[in-house]
Amino acid sequence: MSIRMPDERGHWGQFGGRYVPETVMGALYELNEAYCAVRDDVGFHHELDFYLKEYAGRPTSLYLAGRLMEPFGGVKIYLKREDLAHTGAHKINNTIGQVLLASRMGKKRVIAETGAGQHGVATATACALMGIDCIVYMGSEDIKRQKMNVFRMELLGTQVIPVESGSRTLKDAINEAMRDWVTRIDNTYYCIGSAVGPHPYPMMVRDFQKVIGQEVREQILEKEGRLPDLLVACVGGGSNAIGIFYPFLDEDVQMVGVEAGGLGLHTKQHGASLSAGEVGSLHGAMSYLLQNQDGQVTETHSVSAGLDYPGVGPEHAYLKESGRVRYTTVTDQEALEAFDHLSKKEGIIPALESAHAVAYTMKTAVEMSGDQVIVVNLSGRGDKDLEIVEGLV
Amino acid sequence: MKIQEQFDQLKSKHEMALIVYHTAGFPTLDASMAHIQLFEQNGADFIEIGIPFSDPIADGPTIQHASHVALQNGVTLKKIITSVAQINIRVPLVMMSYLNPLLAYGSESLFRDMSRAGFSGIIVPDLPVEESEEWVALSKSYGIDLIFLVTPTTSDQRIRLITDRSEGFIYCVSLTGITGVRNGLPPGLFDFTRRVKKATDKPLAVGFGFSTPEQIRMLQYQADGVIVGSRIVDAIDKKEDVTGLIRRLKSATK
Repeated sequence: MSIRMPDERGHWGQFGGRYVPETVMGALYELNEAYCAVRDDVGFHHELDFYLKEYAGRPTSLYLAGRLMEPFGGVKIYLKREDLAHTGAHKINNTIGQVLLASRMGKKRVIAETGAGQHGVATATACALMGIDCIVYMGSEDIKRQKMNVFRMELLGTQVIPVESGSRTLKDAINEAMRDWVTRIDNTYYCIGSAVGPHPYPMMVRDFQKVIGQEVREQILEKEGRLPDLLVACVGGGSNAIGIFYPFLDEDVQMVGVEAGGLGLHTKQHGASLSAGEVGSLHGAMSYLLQNQDGQVTETHSVSAGLDYPGVGPEHAYLKESGRVRYTTVTDQEALEAFDHLSKKEGIIPALESAHAVAYTMKTAVEMSGDQVIVVNLSGRGDKDLEIVEGLV
Repeated sequence: MKIQEQFDQLKSKHEMALIVYHTAGFPTLDASMAHIQLFEQNGADFIEIGIPFSDPIADGPTIQHASHVALQNGVTLKKIITSVAQINIRVPLVMMSYLNPLLAYGSESLFRDMSRAGFSGIIVPDLPVEESEEWVALSKSYGIDLIFLVTPTTSDQRIRLITDRSEGFIYCVSLTGITGVRNGLPPGLFDFTRRVKKATDKPLAVGFGFSTPEQIRMLQYQADGVIVGSRIVDAIDKKEDVTGLIRRLKSATK
């Protein structure tokens, strides 16, 4: 089905596309061409695979969480341990790919946006590795909340630029990165951190993240001799989710994407664009969007900074509409409980984003029968969230 | 008044068009309507009415601020169209809006209501030609000119595609960057306008970075119109003499 999508203009049905100022259209065509060239280039993949294996620590393990699954009468829960990848999250899969591409394109300057700082750190890391200048835009609110990641980026030689406009969070950091890109388009590569933005970004980020699902497929066949019954992943912009889902889209495997329920959907204090948003255009793509009736983008809330975003990748919008993937929400409170639970039961402190996926898994495992297999994408580790959680418990 | 008609009249007088941009709802919607009338009385040949958006990625700090204030005041596209319908303006009115508020309004009702309120054209900075099919069809059936932008990074091939599709005039973004006041003229501007002229006979209006009569005078014979935005918004913000400013800018177009 959607394996061959998007079409050449970057559309998944009515979603996706390129809704950007004319100044960057040329750059998007150039990027698409460069990306399509490396996509089938053996040399590029050789290099990418080398870095993913020797530098980022891939493949990450698929761990059978024995104590976590104990209460569920034989339902097996596997954790895909993206938290073990270098820099502590799946983000590095994408940034190594994109920064390699940038360097092939002869770009001397890479810019990125970041919310919690994970994508910023991953971009700073890949740029340090490849000797390219890196500038990261980060909302001043997020800078306050994530001091450690700002320090990490600076240690890696990246310049972090505070963004003071709007809500001073991820959405505004993307706006500012886009303004920078529009201004310095000739020498600058914009490394987007999720499966969002104008074509070809959602496709390209998916392709760089699909290594997660490809590994899961091999690992689960080896361990179980069959494919899993259910895949679970959290969805903010949606890169870790599309990364694990994509290689299974044509298979008889159920998939659930878990969005940030925040304080509850009825409160409007959440980040659930697929569950509670409307179709609209933001940051270059048509997708689901949290907005008011006049088309103004609304402020979001989630205890997890990585899910605190009003938009979502266009491929997820398509997968929702086609019914192939089910999307649901988990509240801050449920995610915090799962965070605590996984730490105590398995000795794994998950990122608050990933804790959303764990929380949903616990709820649904109760209703599943004994021989079923669930794979949860544990997209990142929780060290970055300790301060936030400490303030809450 | 039709956009083409206005350009024809100005051409016969050997004048460039002064296109004055204003963020509707800044500082208030009533003040905006008064300003629009003031612009016309003092020589604006077109008025571009900016619709505030929460995420204006093509705009610099001045228009970002104005948009933010307007939204804080509860200004909406619906209120703007209603207010515009109630004022009497002879010069062509052009709407400038990011796509999402238009989508929320509904494309068909938008063109119907714009046409009733007396708008002549619309500019959507984040709607490239590739995605514009439905909008082109609707704009034609309601007689509203859909105006596209070209930029210095636009290839000759794309310039032909865009100028072909653009109605009313071609919006030439003078530089690779965002809106905001700048000194002098961007390097390579005339090479760029020449590239555009080679592709089309439609009027060319140049925008982004223009704020002074000196800059406008340098555009003579290079463009059919000039768009001044951030400078006007800034003047309103700082309570400067807007009347005098518009008059000075207009006299530089003659």
